[in-house]
Amino acid sequence: MRRFSWFNATSLTLGFAFLYLPMLILIIYSFNGGRNVAIWAGFSTKWYGELFRDQAFLDAAWVTLRVGLMSSTLATILGTMAAYVIVRGGRFKGRTVMSGMLYAPIVMPEVITGLSLLLLFIAIGLDRGLVTIVLAHTTFTMCFVSVVVSSRLVTFDQSLEEAALDLGCTPWDAFKSVTLPIIAPAVISGWLLAFTLSLDDLVLASFVSGPSSTTLPIKIFSAVRLGVSPKINALSTLMIAIVAIGVISASLINKRSVTKRLKDEQEAAAS
Amino acid sequence: MAKPSKTPVVFAPWEDETQKPIIQFKNVTKRFGNFTAIDNLSLDIFEREFFALLGPSGCGKTTIMRMLAGFEAVTEGTILLGGKDISPVPPNKRPVNMMFQSYALFPHLSVWDNIAFGLRRSSMPKDEIGARVDEMLRLTRMEKFAKRKPHQISGGQRQRVALARSLAKAPKLLLLDEPLGALDKKLRHDTQFELMDIQEKTGTTFVIVTHDQEEAMTVASRVAVMDHGKLIQVATPAAIYETPNCVYVADFIGDVNLIEGNSKKVGSDKYEVSWAEGQAALHGSCPREIADGTRVTYAIRPEKVAISADKPKDAANAIQGTVHDIAYLGNISTYHVMLPNGQVIKAQESNTRRLANRHFTWEDPVWLSFTDTAGVILTE
Ligand SMILES: Nc1ncnc2c1ncn2[C@@H]1O[C@H](COP(=O)(O)OP(=O)(O)OP(=O)(O)O)[C@@H](O)[C@H]1O
Ligand SMILES: [Mg+2]
Repeated sequence: MRRFSWFNATSLTLGFAFLYLPMLILIIYSFNGGRNVAIWAGFSTKWYGELFRDQAFLDAAWVTLRVGLMSSTLATILGTMAAYVIVRGGRFKGRTVMSGMLYAPIVMPEVITGLSLLLLFIAIGLDRGLVTIVLAHTTFTMCFVSVVVSSRLVTFDQSLEEAALDLGCTPWDAFKSVTLPIIAPAVISGWLLAFTLSLDDLVLASFVSGPSSTTLPIKIFSAVRLGVSPKINALSTLMIAIVAIGVISASLINKRSVTKRLKDEQEAAAS
Repeated sequence: MAKPSKTPVVFAPWEDETQKPIIQFKNVTKRFGNFTAIDNLSLDIFEREFFALLGPSGCGKTTIMRMLAGFEAVTEGTILLGGKDISPVPPNKRPVNMMFQSYALFPHLSVWDNIAFGLRRSSMPKDEIGARVDEMLRLTRMEKFAKRKPHQISGGQRQRVALARSLAKAPKLLLLDEPLGALDKKLRHDTQFELMDIQEKTGTTFVIVTHDQEEAMTVASRVAVMDHGKLIQVATPAAIYETPNCVYVADFIGDVNLIEGNSKKVGSDKYEVSWAEGQAALHGSCPREIADGTRVTYAIRPEKVAISADKPKDAANAIQGTVHDIAYLGNISTYHVMLPNGQVIKAQESNTRRLANRHFTWEDPVWLSFTDTAGVILTE
């Protein structure tokens, strides 16, 4: 074990301060009793109370939740299917190009994705609202699901599926009763990732949302332009909590399955 | 070691013109890219056979199994199962079960559920499944481990679960890819006899891959020796051992002495092989016609070579040499005898006496002798 030098300690403190100080301040000020956001006036949870009495915020939260659940579920189904075909479909023509294209939207500027989706919805005459946000979020989160699921699928032993077929399963039955249970941790963490991404998306949502369907990030953004209210601090704190829980459980689920797999493989090698 | 035949009639459907084979390979070729894994292979396997595939690693044994199970499509030729082309039949519709070389146990299911997996997808009523699984567990001696997951049992135990899983559905054709390799000798012998017993009772046709010649000799009705995607010889274990058709087979199965020389016809199927200057020619037979002066190999098994201090009077073949090395194997000893031309010939003697009063020792001059029917003359 190397000694933990003061240099390491400083680097770590500085780095984490840079990352988390803004959020920490936000969280602290969400418990501020005064109206002025910049002056501390004693501990209070009254802004949380105010928040839950504000119908506009509650509506936005309800829209966000529904969009998140629907788009992440859809993205998980589509993303898993895409990953399965790319990893398992054998060598078909244009496979490399297609797997590259599947991951391209990750690095695509969101403004461009948003704009092109907006143009598409206008072209096909789809009114902007809940449906368009769900579609937009599905589009951009499914590549993340694909990445997570395909990284698990490449280490999946194909002879397990063959054994299932050999024992009388149809291909769909084999997928359902052998492949899916084994890759489930990756699928679940892909879903959580998609859900959190959908929850805090502002750019895409502002392109494709309609007047009746404002998501929380849009609501916060427009409220802040009229001046930062302590209510926003409270709301943001809640969102940080939800996102943190989502991300942490996604990585925990993945890590647990990886360590379990490593342990199993070691045991198998040892015996 | 020979298979105990309970039926008075010898089981040899491959010699009966009226018998229809259950599996027929007709000029089957399998290529992976431009690598030819199976090369124009034709083969008939009959119902109730215990057919063993033998050959070095990478010669295409698993590929043959995978084509039968439906995981690889043939590149050329056809495979018939019960007279019908099986290429359009998907793996889950074939009356075939395979035990994978890598076991392929489902890691998320217990041993019990692994064995029940195929039964649950068959027409078997629910209450019979339990009894069948328990029977399979008993057969493979895995009763105590029924509730464990595959990663909680040893390699040999996993192999037994894989075997139980493939046996459970009692298919018409069972493909076993090295089913007993990870078992200790005792358990392997027991399981071999269990397999033969199952086959006797159910009439299943077995195709088995093995690296263990003794296993092939014990269980198989016929053995196919393969090399580089080709069948070199297909025959009963005894025929493969006693009358190999080429040097490759003679050398691959069991221990053998190979002496090269030039042949000369001396009788209807009798030949002489002159193998060294100033040495008497070896006498042997070959059913095929060999032109005089052909370069041939005289193959003789060590246990057919007798060793003695004096020259035997009426032996067809006798060669003098000196004892070069002695390998004591408990029940038998192998003498390595150096001939005048430097070649070493192995002779096996069973140790009927105690070690202390052994006949010969290092550097002793000895005579090796064998009859003219003991060895075979090989042209390839
Ligand atoms: N999917 C594949 N793609 C390319 N080559 C393959 C593939 N499967 C098998 N081969 C090749 O075909 C040849 C035969 O393989 P196969 O698995 O049948 O060997 P085997 O006789 O079962 O060997 P072993 O005794 O080691 O199990 C090998 O040279 C192997 O490299
Ligand atoms: Mg193999």
